[in-house]
Amino acid sequence: MPVSYFLVLSSLLFSIGIYGVLARENAVLVLLSIELMLNAVNINLVAFAALFKQSGIPGQVFALFVIAVAAAEVGIGLAIVILIFRNRQDVDLDEMSLMKW
Amino acid sequence: MHSGQEVIFWIAAVLIGGAGIRVVTSQNVVHAALYLVATLSGVAVLYVILLAEFVAWVQVLVYVGAVVVLMLFGLMLTRAPLGKANYDNDQRPLAALCALAIFGVTSYIMVDAFAGKEISFARTLGTTTASLSQVIFSAYVLPFEVVSILLLAALVGAVVIARRDDYDRPRPVRRRALSERPLDEPPPLERTEVTGAR
Repeated sequence: MPVSYFLVLSSLLFSIGIYGVLARENAVLVLLSIELMLNAVNINLVAFAALFKQSGIPGQVFALFVIAVAAAEVGIGLAIVILIFRNRQDVDLDEMSLMKW
Repeated sequence: MHSGQEVIFWIAAVLIGGAGIRVVTSQNVVHAALYLVATLSGVAVLYVILLAEFVAWVQVLVYVGAVVVLMLFGLMLTRAPLGKANYDNDQRPLAALCALAIFGVTSYIMVDAFAGKEISFARTLGTTTASLSQVIFSAYVLPFEVVSILLLAALVGAVVIARRDDYDRPRPVRRRALSERPLDEPPPLERTEVTGAR
């Protein structure tokens, strides 16, 4: 089975995530889109691990690291979103312009 | 002639693509999170096809089990108004153009660079989980420990960021006015202090 099937599917998922990050206004929905992009990267890593057989096992290791970092990122991101909600009663990203020049 | 892996790949690909598009376009935040569950499960199916069964189970446990539940908690706690008309901003056409351009460029480069490379699904040397564990705990043991410290630090940081600073002060109790109370609700019981015995 050609490896390019998996690569094209992963770039499809990545660009869906990019669309979500750019077009969504709710902060939690932007975090959902970032998860899509991280999963696209993981598909690539595991596909190359399968392509290179025994020497490709580090691809799976890095996929596990990406999953762990994604879990940490979701925890911190949701804490920040909840703090912003507590201060502003809204998580609308277009309204958060306090730190813009 | 299609192999079994190929058939399952196309089913999972349609699931991932369709549910992924619904994640970024759904106008109901809870539905968006549930479509994310479908997308992540499809990705787990791909991992099983690609002989990465341990990564597939970690995907199911960590992503579908923990991350999506955390996202749902975030959606509930930020009380996103469910009937709101629009969760998108006004740059949707530009975002779609940008996403299409990135999809075109990256998939062209990938297909061009890896044309003719075939994945063979024949298992060599036992399961990949055994070799995965050997690699993690020999060559990658230091990054593994660093990731565990990172997770600990991130969780402590999340607690520090999200907790209330004024928890030792009494929280203001919001009392409903008498006019807000529905008519069929019984009036609140008056608590009377019993002073002195008769």
